[in-house]
Amino acid sequence: MSRTYENISKPYEYVHEPPLVKGDHDFKSITALVTDINLRPTPRGWYMAFGVANLLLFLLLFSIAYLIWQGTGIWGLNTPVNWGWAIINFVWWVGIGHAGTLISAILFLFRQDWRTAINRFAEAMTIFAVMCAGVFPAIHVGRIWVIYWVFPIPNQMGVWPNFNSPLLWDVFAVSTYFTVSLLFWYVGLVPDLATIRDRIKSRIGKVLYGTFSLGWRGSNRHWWTYEKAYMILAGLATPLVLSVHTIVSFDFAVSVIPGWHTTIFPPYFVAGAIFSGFAMVLSLMIICRKVYKLEDIMTVDHMEKMNMILLVTGMMVGFAYAMEFFMAWYSGVEYEKAIFMLRAAGPYAWAYWIMISCNVLSPQVFWVKRFRRNIALTFVISIIVNIGMWFERFVITVSSLSTDFLPSSWGYYSPTMWDIMTYIGTFGLFFTFFLLFLRFLPMVAVAELKNVMPQADPHNYDDSGEYVPPKADVPEPKREPV
Amino acid sequence: METSNTDRKLYGVLAEAGNPKELLNIAMTVKNSGYRIYDTYSPFPIHGMDQAMNLKKSKLGWIVLGHGLTGFFGALSLIYFTMAVDYPLNIGGKTLLNFPAWIPVTFELTILLSAFGAVFGMFFLNGLPRLNHPLFSIDNFSRATDDGFFICIESEDPQFEKEKVKKLFADAGVSNIEEVYDD
Repeated sequence: MSRTYENISKPYEYVHEPPLVKGDHDFKSITALVTDINLRPTPRGWYMAFGVANLLLFLLLFSIAYLIWQGTGIWGLNTPVNWGWAIINFVWWVGIGHAGTLISAILFLFRQDWRTAINRFAEAMTIFAVMCAGVFPAIHVGRIWVIYWVFPIPNQMGVWPNFNSPLLWDVFAVSTYFTVSLLFWYVGLVPDLATIRDRIKSRIGKVLYGTFSLGWRGSNRHWWTYEKAYMILAGLATPLVLSVHTIVSFDFAVSVIPGWHTTIFPPYFVAGAIFSGFAMVLSLMIICRKVYKLEDIMTVDHMEKMNMILLVTGMMVGFAYAMEFFMAWYSGVEYEKAIFMLRAAGPYAWAYWIMISCNVLSPQVFWVKRFRRNIALTFVISIIVNIGMWFERFVITVSSLSTDFLPSSWGYYSPTMWDIMTYIGTFGLFFTFFLLFLRFLPMVAVAELKNVMPQADPHNYDDSGEYVPPKADVPEPKREPV
Repeated sequence: METSNTDRKLYGVLAEAGNPKELLNIAMTVKNSGYRIYDTYSPFPIHGMDQAMNLKKSKLGWIVLGHGLTGFFGALSLIYFTMAVDYPLNIGGKTLLNFPAWIPVTFELTILLSAFGAVFGMFFLNGLPRLNHPLFSIDNFSRATDDGFFICIESEDPQFEKEKVKKLFADAGVSNIEEVYDD
C-alpha cells in the first residue's frame, strides 16, 4: 500500500525563495549603492539623455500651442471618426501607470517582498504616465481656457457638470488617481529623503532634502503610525486602481456603439493596463539596473516574476479578445457580429493582427524558464507588448467608429503629423520627469529594502547578538509511512 | 555652543545598539525598568519592536474613517444638489435620482478624502513636519537613517535620573552613551 503511494507522490522538496538582495551587502552598502547615485556629480550621459527628452518635450509644447491656436481640426478627426489618437494615447498612458500601483499597493497587501526593489521606480513611472495621459483629455476639449468647467465650480451660467456622464467620472477618477499615487509615493519617499539629507554635503541639498523629509528621524513611534498609514493607503489604492481603468472603459462601454457596449470591458481593460504597465516597468528597469549598476537589487529573479505576470495578463487579454467574438456571435445582434468580422478582416485588419501577434502570441515565449530569465529577450518583448497595447486601443476606438451602423457613412481614419508629433512629444514629458527622478530621488525604496534583508529580522541573531544568516537548506521533513 | 552643559536643558540620554536584536533587547530592558517616555530610532521599522515598547494601537484608522465618511456623504450631497435641486436636467423623463450613475464619483471622492486623512493624519499624529530636533545636534545620530540603531530616554520621564539612565545603558552593553541637550 505504502509502495503505491510512494510511486505517485514525489519526495517533498523545499523550494527556497531566492534572497531578494544578491551579493554581500549590509545596511550601509545598500544605502550607499542607492543614494550615491543622487550624491555623485551628474554623469555626462544623463545630460545627453535629458537634452533629448527636452527636445521632445519642446515638440509636445509646440504641438499643443499650435493646437490651441488653430483648433482640433489639425488632427485627423472627422466624421465618422471623432475620437482618434488623443483617446488612444490617453488610455495607453493611463494603463501604463496602473502597473506602478499594482506593484506598490496590491503586491504589498499580498506580502510580496520582492516588490521593494522596484516599487519606487514603478510608482514614479505611474505618476509621470498619468501626467502624460492627462495631457490628452485636457487639450482635446477645444477651448482649453474653460477646462475648469469639468469641475463643479459655481459659474456665471449657473450650470453644473453632468454627473451622469462617464466623461465626468473620468475627470474624478484620473485626478483622484494622480493625487493618491503622488501621496503614496511621497509617503514612501520621506524616510529615504531623510537618508539623503543626512548624507549630502552641499548646503542647498541639505535645505531641500531636509525640508521635504519633514524632519523624519526614524523614531519607532513614528514608524508605528507610518506603517499603519502605508497599509491603509495600499488598501485604498487597490480598489482605486481597479476603479480607474474600469471608469476609463466606461467611456466606451456606456455608449451604444457596436464593439464598445459590452460588460467585459472593465476587467478586460484592467488586465490590459497591468499587462502594458508591467512591460513598461521592465523596459525601464532593464536599462536602469544596467546603467546605475543595481543588478544586486533588481535581479533576474525579479524579472522572471514580472515575466510571469506578463504571461498571465497576456493570456487574460487574449481570453478577452476571444470572448468578445463569442459574445458578438451569441448576442445575435447583427451590428455586433459585423463589427467583429470587420475588425479581423475589414479595413483595419492590419492593426487587429498586429495587436493579436504582439499581445497574445509574443508573451507565449515566457512559458520557458530560460526565456523568462533572458534579459535581452525580455527587453524586446516588453517593447513589443507596449506596441501591441497601443494597437489594442487603436482597434477598439477607430474600427468601431469608422464602420458603425450606417454603411453609407463609413470612412477611413488616418492621423495627421500633429497627432504623431503630440504623441511622440509625450515621451519627452515622460522622460524629462523620469530623468529628473533618477537624478534627484532614490530610485529604490532604501528603508523598505533594508527591511526585507535577513539582517533586519531580530530572529536572525543569536543570544550573544551575532548575526546568523538563515540556513540555506531546510532539511527535508520526515515522511510518515501511510 | 559656548554655554556650559549645566545651563542647557537636558533632552535625554542617547545610546547606540549594534544591531536590531540588541536594540530590541535594550528597549525591553528600558520598558521593564519602568520608563515610559523613551523612543528607539532605526533606519527601518523593526519586527517586534512595537510589542517590546508596548505601543498602543494607532488612532489613524478613526481619522481615515472620518475623512472617508466625509468624502462619501459630501460627494452624494454635492451630486444630489447639483443634479436634482439646483439645475435639474429632464432627460427623457428619467428620474433625477440616478444613483447608479453617481457611484463612480462618490467612490472616487471617498477614496480621495480617506487618502488625505491617512497621509496628513499620519504626519499630524507623528508631529511632523518638525525640521529641527535636539537629536539632530548629535553627529553620530545621522546614522539613524543609514545603519545606526539608537535608543533615547527623555528627561520628561518621571523617573528620569541622568546617572541612573547612563548606568542602565552601560550595564546593558550599549555603546556611545551621550547626553542630548535642547537648545
